[in-house]
Amino acid sequence: MSDVDQPVAHPPVTDWVHDFDHTDPQWTEDPFPIWDELRAASPVVHTKRFLGCYLPTTYEAVREIANDTEHFSSRRIIVRDVRPEITSKNAAPPITSDPPEHKPAKQLLLPPFTPDAMKKLEPRVRAICNELIDDFIAEQRVDAAARYTKHIPVRAIAHMLGIPESDSDLFINWIHMILELGIRDESKLLQAVQEMTAYFGGHIEARKSKPSDDLISYLMNARDKNGNPLEDTHVMGSLRLLLIAGIDTTWSAIGSSLWHLAKTPADRERLIAEPGLIPTAVEELLRAYSPVTMAREVVKETTVSGCPVKPGNMVLLSFPAANRDPKMFPDADKVVIDRRENRHAAFGLGIHRCVGSNLARMEMQVALEEWLKRIPDFRLDPAGTVTWSQGTVRGPRQLPFLLGEAM
Amino acid sequence: MAERLKVRVDPDKCQGHARCKALAPELFELDEYGNAHAAGDGTVPPGLEDKAWLAKSNCPEIAIDVIEE
Repeated sequence: MSDVDQPVAHPPVTDWVHDFDHTDPQWTEDPFPIWDELRAASPVVHTKRFLGCYLPTTYEAVREIANDTEHFSSRRIIVRDVRPEITSKNAAPPITSDPPEHKPAKQLLLPPFTPDAMKKLEPRVRAICNELIDDFIAEQRVDAAARYTKHIPVRAIAHMLGIPESDSDLFINWIHMILELGIRDESKLLQAVQEMTAYFGGHIEARKSKPSDDLISYLMNARDKNGNPLEDTHVMGSLRLLLIAGIDTTWSAIGSSLWHLAKTPADRERLIAEPGLIPTAVEELLRAYSPVTMAREVVKETTVSGCPVKPGNMVLLSFPAANRDPKMFPDADKVVIDRRENRHAAFGLGIHRCVGSNLARMEMQVALEEWLKRIPDFRLDPAGTVTWSQGTVRGPRQLPFLLGEAM
Repeated sequence: MAERLKVRVDPDKCQGHARCKALAPELFELDEYGNAHAAGDGTVPPGLEDKAWLAKSNCPEIAIDVIEE
């Protein structure tokens, strides 16, 4: 690697309204007051960082942009320091696709992720959760991120793709390189993409002589509307997407949920007493601690909630900030564990609705059910520090708990 | 006599969040892509009115209508 690619440090933010930076440590640690400040200033704010980027701060502005594929393209979906030339139309379809290519690419991925398909996967996820819990339940001090939340989604998606669950650490490292280090250091991102391509290349090759009943074979056997197989780069792009999108997003959501329950005994006790409320609670935890911020690129001049937006800029599409908009959600800053009306946008809005939303919901529900069944008493370890991931996906990466009633 | 309700899903707005199916499984069905439509002709059987309103108020795409007949 050359020294030229070394990441550039970002100056600290002193004026959030005109100079926001979602990679700033203050944002990483506690973004909620920042979003409130920005929302009070304008429905759309702008920063010169990242070569120019807007941030819609209200639910309505986020919805407008998510539903407007004419002025906002998904060809770039991560806001970064650099904006390299786009060389492939198959970066990670359908998430990086615009109409008209988007629909067929999306429809291809939907059938394996319906709620019914997820019911079939549920016993495996329940077993994964219990295997993980078996491993640490006798201990008093446990990092729940390192020992539990981190492993559940990666093993579940590996199981679906038909790749060894034991390769999990490899996948987790690629994702860290792409979604976190890659924001400031292009070389890390490219290296991870190369390694993933080589890895999946091997699995695709193996299935040419010996097809299997998994998502990789499903994509290899898929046909477009003219009956032609997908281009290799399309198969590879979709596999990359499924691996990247399916892992640290749900890991983050499960982690934030346990973090909330660790510091909120009343909610924890209620869910233990009324396990039937867990699906409702999952929706509220998704709203309050939405992990995923997406991005768009402005391709045509327009206005959003009355604010002008100009081509050449990126848009940080903050579903998490939308979900904290008090105009949309009464008591938006509180976790109301039995909230009945909840049109949260944690999985996006419009045509790019997360293809794995049913998988994520099932994983969150099962992970919380199994944890609460076996570990009803837990709290944050005052001797430890909770740390949060930086950038596009937000969740606890270190989650020190004390288990049991002791101490 | 109490008024009868009907549910309807706008297929152009539905993006397959499947919240309606989770909250009111008796009133909605999903196709092979996970997109929703009303079960049968959408008539809400007596006793399920609350579920119909709940499904409507949780649809992120505002794709569900509850019609009072």
